[in-house]
Amino acid sequence: MALPPNRVGVDIGGTFTDVALDTGRGLVTGKVLTDYAQPERAILSAILSATRQAGIEPGDITQVIHGTTLVTNALIERRGARMAFITTEGFRDVIEMRSENRFEQYDLNLTLPLPLVPRKDRFTLSERIGPKGEVLLALDMAEARAMAAKIAAEGYEAVAIGLLHAYANDAHERMMAEALAEVAPGLSVSISSVISPQLRELPRFNTVIANAYVQPQVSAYLGRLVDKLRGAGIGAPVFLMHSGGGLISVETAAEQPVRLLESGPAGGAIFAAGYARAHGIDRVLSFDMGGTTAKICLVEQATPKTANSFEIARTYRFKKGSGMIVSTPVVEMVEIGAGGGSIASVDRMGRIQVGPRSAGSEPGPACYQRGGSEPTVTDANLILGRLDPEAFAGGAIPLSAELAEGAMAGVAGQQGLDVQAAAFGVTEMVDENMANAARVHAVENGRDIEAFTMVAFGGGAPLHACRLCEKLGLRALLIPPGAGVGSAIGFLRAPVSFEATRGLFQPLDGFDADLVNATLAAMEAEARAFVEVGAAGAETVTRLTAFMRYRGQGWEIPVPLAQDRFSASDVPGLITAFETAYRTLFGRIIEGLVPEITNWSLTVATRAPDPAPVERRLGGSPAARGRIRRFFDAALRQEVEAVEIARADMIAGAWVDGPAIITEDETSTIVTSAFRAVGQADGCLLLIRKEDIA
Amino acid sequence: MTPDSIDFQIMWNRLIAVVEEQATTLIRTAFSTSVREAGDLSAGLFDRQGRMMAQAVTGTPGHVNAMAESVGHFIAGIGAQNIHEGDVYLTNDPWMGTGHLHDITVVTPVFRRGLLIGFFAATAHVVDIGGRGFGPDGREVYEEGLLIPISKFAERGVVNDMLIRIVRANVRTPDQTVGDLYSLAACNAAGDRRLQAMLDEFGIDDLDALSEFILTASRRATEAAIAAVPPGHYRNTMTVDGFEAPVEMVVTLQAEGSRIVADFTGTSGMSSFGVNVPEVYTRAYACYALKCAIAPEVPNNAGSLAPFVISAPEGSILAARRPAPVSVRHVLGHLVPDVVLGALHRSMPGTVPAEGASALWNIQISARPLDPHSGLPPAEILMFNSGGTGARPRLDGLSATAFPSGVSTMSVEATEHVGPIIVWRKDLRPNSGGAGTLRGGLGQVIEIGAREGYALWFNAMFDRVDHPARGREGGQPGAPGRVELADGTPLRSKGRQAIPAGQRLRLSLPGGGGYGAPSGRDPKALAADLEAGLIDAVSAARDYGQVPNKG
Repeated sequence: MALPPNRVGVDIGGTFTDVALDTGRGLVTGKVLTDYAQPERAILSAILSATRQAGIEPGDITQVIHGTTLVTNALIERRGARMAFITTEGFRDVIEMRSENRFEQYDLNLTLPLPLVPRKDRFTLSERIGPKGEVLLALDMAEARAMAAKIAAEGYEAVAIGLLHAYANDAHERMMAEALAEVAPGLSVSISSVISPQLRELPRFNTVIANAYVQPQVSAYLGRLVDKLRGAGIGAPVFLMHSGGGLISVETAAEQPVRLLESGPAGGAIFAAGYARAHGIDRVLSFDMGGTTAKICLVEQATPKTANSFEIARTYRFKKGSGMIVSTPVVEMVEIGAGGGSIASVDRMGRIQVGPRSAGSEPGPACYQRGGSEPTVTDANLILGRLDPEAFAGGAIPLSAELAEGAMAGVAGQQGLDVQAAAFGVTEMVDENMANAARVHAVENGRDIEAFTMVAFGGGAPLHACRLCEKLGLRALLIPPGAGVGSAIGFLRAPVSFEATRGLFQPLDGFDADLVNATLAAMEAEARAFVEVGAAGAETVTRLTAFMRYRGQGWEIPVPLAQDRFSASDVPGLITAFETAYRTLFGRIIEGLVPEITNWSLTVATRAPDPAPVERRLGGSPAARGRIRRFFDAALRQEVEAVEIARADMIAGAWVDGPAIITEDETSTIVTSAFRAVGQADGCLLLIRKEDIA
Repeated sequence: MTPDSIDFQIMWNRLIAVVEEQATTLIRTAFSTSVREAGDLSAGLFDRQGRMMAQAVTGTPGHVNAMAESVGHFIAGIGAQNIHEGDVYLTNDPWMGTGHLHDITVVTPVFRRGLLIGFFAATAHVVDIGGRGFGPDGREVYEEGLLIPISKFAERGVVNDMLIRIVRANVRTPDQTVGDLYSLAACNAAGDRRLQAMLDEFGIDDLDALSEFILTASRRATEAAIAAVPPGHYRNTMTVDGFEAPVEMVVTLQAEGSRIVADFTGTSGMSSFGVNVPEVYTRAYACYALKCAIAPEVPNNAGSLAPFVISAPEGSILAARRPAPVSVRHVLGHLVPDVVLGALHRSMPGTVPAEGASALWNIQISARPLDPHSGLPPAEILMFNSGGTGARPRLDGLSATAFPSGVSTMSVEATEHVGPIIVWRKDLRPNSGGAGTLRGGLGQVIEIGAREGYALWFNAMFDRVDHPARGREGGQPGAPGRVELADGTPLRSKGRQAIPAGQRLRLSLPGGGGYGAPSGRDPKALAADLEAGLIDAVSAARDYGQVPNKG
């Protein structure tokens, strides 16, 4: 499918609203400050500024693709609807009891995150469905009506319904929803068998509750956005980026806003995947580093790795377990508290620690001269000569080396080192933290990190990417142009897609092919209907993943399957697919145990057009050299003389051997002594180990 | 290049990532429920003297220094001259490892340029180890399963086939148990690869200087933290249900400036059942409690553990003598922190929580078809469940949350796919949190019945039924636990019992103790508890003396 021209992507982040407009002849990008009160105003002004720059009329726009942190923020800041949760009698406290464990083993004063719905607003029905969908205790319609009357009388803005085993039989959830529709037709009602029909009550209940919690405000916001666009003469259809890395219609997004979680980062992963495809790189480590956090994602065969559940709104230093587990399709990402604003300190063992506390953008690092006094990663980079104090953010933010050194003096004093050595310790520790996270993520996925090529974007990444590659043993990295608005560009490259999920338990020694096929057909119909809304008649692909384990294990692994309908004779093939996936992850299989399937995921997606292939250039002519600067090369443990090159001069084939610093308005790329940088035809910088250049 | 302080800090950081990676691999490959749900495993790196340099933070404090001690036993048991490149060792001796036969510890020596430089060790709880199975019924350790003394699992890269065959022949789940042995060996090998890469990067060939750096810094940080504990003797006693008779736990803490000595003299003698605790496991939980209260941020290693000197008299229930049965040593082990923290409270008031439910309420259910000819398969179901933790000096206790164990509960929906049971109820138990200025955490109520065509038995091993968690500083005790049928018929809190057909088992898990006098409770907090239904009006009137106005 060829994409129409004049598509525009808009990403709302914490500080900036980014825009990318693809006219078919080229890309126009821009940034405006996010408008917290009315995000749609900033969107419109960003789009209009881009259309002016591109010389087109607003009415020429053919698609608006939008991603937002609105849902994530509403959950973190607890700004959602006043809502009720209706569940099975005996299970009122599932979301409060969580997994009954502590995410921090040694903290006697641990506090657990509060449930989104307080206990007084959680109600129960006497009903019970069994694991195979059989009715163990029938729901009495009179009870459902009485419950509906009570809910209506209380004046709730939204209701979530989550009953036990509703993924296997949705009848009782639907009865309750009907009862509510009778007495309160306008009320926002989310039911778990629609929002997240997967096995396991805690994530499913969390997901349906999160959906209901944000639904009224997201729906209202999207309505205002569409009105605003229409008012400005933009009649184009509006799509939303979903967390699984595809697009859904604005109508679907308004009904299932929980799918919008992490839509911005998903756009970043799609952005990296696009370059992976254009450059013919099979295995990419996507590395996005901003002011507060760094995000790492594995991209293989130009497809970001996805998962069917993840944890949102972590309350405790990004610690696993301190947030809320939800089950909705998502691009799997590791997020760590490492960014330019991350604050350095010395712990009781005399060790330098960096982050996850961050100075953010206000007051920001000490060197910003805005009142920050604690030493940050950006201060360390300035001290080490990696940032030019006069040219930061295109000269908009003059940096003070004196304030940076003053802030670093505390760490230096506690370490018994000079300020430069302390600054080296800080950057080395933050790079180590990111490298460790990337390594563990690769190991968890049964991958060898050294086989990956990095694609680095976000303001902080080009400063740290080379050192990170040294630590991880990576041979090459790519820094695309427009890396500051990577997510918005990623939106333009995402397919229209919908991932339908189901809990359907199937031991392979009792595989019911008819039941499975009927379920898969329903899933496909569901997914296809959503895709049709956005891309009627487009060519599509269907992907099926089964979540499988050996009987007796508690965790499933995702197993991609080549077919999407089955007969009894396909069981050996299913076993083989499982064993292949298991071996990749764990290096071996276990003889004599029966595999079983718990959850299923079926995706229907439009086929994205192939980007023009980019032929790798390893050299051509030397880049135009600027002045000589000095920076501290971490691998060599010494200061080196580096040549400064303007990014604009890194045209296709232009090369420079490290040590070098490639400057642009948004950031600087540090080329360490071990690497050569070469301009590529599509504006990317390729950094490659000197010894790999034949 | 000579490593400097920054390099050592980076390498320390890296080693912690290496052992986390080791542990992650184990969690994801193990078969046993308690490894994957309870994090019942450990992984660590040791120097060539057998001193632990780094240990993964996992779900079980029971491994904190149990594992730290184990490598020393291996070095002595194998003999320095018999340690070769490619060797792998193992044992499940409760007195050498982590306290019961189900835990297998595997140790792999690390060589570099032909010289021994250290060891990786990992422990996991396996599905089955033969004998009577996991339960308190054995009268001697011999009945509890196969005991493998410290042995070579592999010598110079060749796996000991005889050992594998012995294990296979003695356990009910040979594929899984032997599979887990390979898993343990493989995770050590993964650690070795990562360590060697780090040594390449930093250009060093041994761990000696790095080990000194880590252990010295950790020891100093721990000693500095201990210096804040006022010197003196602090004694505490606590009575718990035990198995056939109540158990008196007695501890005396002696704070000596740079170290703390804990002595369990006065504690009751051994039980005839498998609730006895090998001393190594007592030390682990006592040390865990002290570390939580005094130096929680110092990583576990030989340096940070050394200042805690813990002992129990041999032959007491907390230092069981061979060949005592020890299979379910976790029940009393989990109660050790409460008695230790109570002693510490006398020296550091305002620091430690009140007593909690503490011992997990694990439910082991056997489901059997009513008609043996029905063709219905039998099933074993294991559920982990937690009561309430004690109130903290400035915070309420945590409801239905494991402490000191780090266990996770399982999804009811997933459990109902495992076996023919229906969990009719699993929610908070109102009025069970001990009253106080700060309220104890609530327990929970669980009701379980059989599916049609099945009869159920369960193995009860529940504590704090006769001796509830006590409050502190005027705080009231948490509600005691209760074991009964749903119609109110009482059941025993210990031992194997049937759930009659058509009946449901009801377990009411204990609450945590309160902290401070109930009269000091913030009326808003009490009103919030009433509104949420965590306490009812009758209990509020009884425990707090008044019913506040709503809101």
